[in-house]
Amino acid sequence: MSKFTKKKSGELPAVNTASLPDIVFMLLFFFMVVTVLRKDNLLVKQQLPKADQVEKLKKDRSVFIYAGKPSSRYAEKYGTEGKIQVGDKFTDVSALKAALTEQRSKLLPELQSSVVVALKVDEQTNTGLVTDIKEKLRELNMVKIIYIAASGNDVGKN
Amino acid sequence: MGRRATPEVNAGSMADIAFLLLIFFLVTTTIEKDKGIARQLPPEQPENIDPPKLKEKNIFIVNVNKSDQLLVEDNLMDIVDLRLAAIEFLDNGGDGSCTFCKGKRNPASSDNPDKAIISVQNDRETSYKTYIQVQNELVAAYSFLRDRESQRLYGWKFTEVKRALGEGSYPGNKEAAQEKMKTIQDLFPMKLSEAEPKTAGQ
Repeated sequence: MSKFTKKKSGELPAVNTASLPDIVFMLLFFFMVVTVLRKDNLLVKQQLPKADQVEKLKKDRSVFIYAGKPSSRYAEKYGTEGKIQVGDKFTDVSALKAALTEQRSKLLPELQSSVVVALKVDEQTNTGLVTDIKEKLRELNMVKIIYIAASGNDVGKN
Repeated sequence: MGRRATPEVNAGSMADIAFLLLIFFLVTTTIEKDKGIARQLPPEQPENIDPPKLKEKNIFIVNVNKSDQLLVEDNLMDIVDLRLAAIEFLDNGGDGSCTFCKGKRNPASSDNPDKAIISVQNDRETSYKTYIQVQNELVAAYSFLRDRESQRLYGWKFTEVKRALGEGSYPGNKEAAQEKMKTIQDLFPMKLSEAEPKTAGQ
């Protein structure tokens, strides 16, 4: 019996926290490595449509085009019509070629010929706008495109 | 007084500093998960070239109007049924040259998968959501048929091996797998055409 009483009276030894910084640093490095700070400041609404027949995007050779209605804080200035954004600013269909050529020149030279254009388009946009973009892409001979979609499929769940 | 040993630096706050940084990176991290439907646009055509002659029965026309309704081969259709209708069309094998097709061999539908073309026609005011849904269902129809054939010929699923190759996690011989995938792709070549969209009322 005396054994138990002895233990109770003894003080709880402090947990050794010497390795805590190591653990935390390990986590820290993991997150530092996987972090991608967002490059483009989104000016348009981005509710992506859902699809499940998807492929992965190769980021090193892609150029992004965003399209959709201007997000709520820009709606006053730019209206509520569907707009195209390349890089950090709104682009008109007529100015799309120049903007895309500029974006392409930022890629590594050896990848510029196999550029993939990633279209991130809001689901409420009219298809007409997308068609206009595709028409310009054909003129630029950037024929590889990918429609970025959220995962899932809501066909038949209406 | 003799020299004192240099006191040890207190490392107790190291964990706090590391935590602070950790939390910063945790918050700013967006693990990129961009995925999408890949597509190759047709190159620009000179104006004066006549389009190749195609039999009407070899074209599967999907028409989407501005209120997102589907007209498939002149029948109103719900998007839920599109995938099956497309599979039936591609797999029909009307002229009997397609030995692996399991369709109904309806002479009024497509001759063989090589000739079968799916044509999607949109209105300019069709919503992008419906557009992607239609594209997704049509790609799914091709994937279903390719999976079926690769399962029959090689015992694996086309889409799974394609994903494994893309991620670099395919365990076996990559070149052989790519060769086999090419064979499957030739059995069911993806022939999705898009017509110039019309404006409402035209």
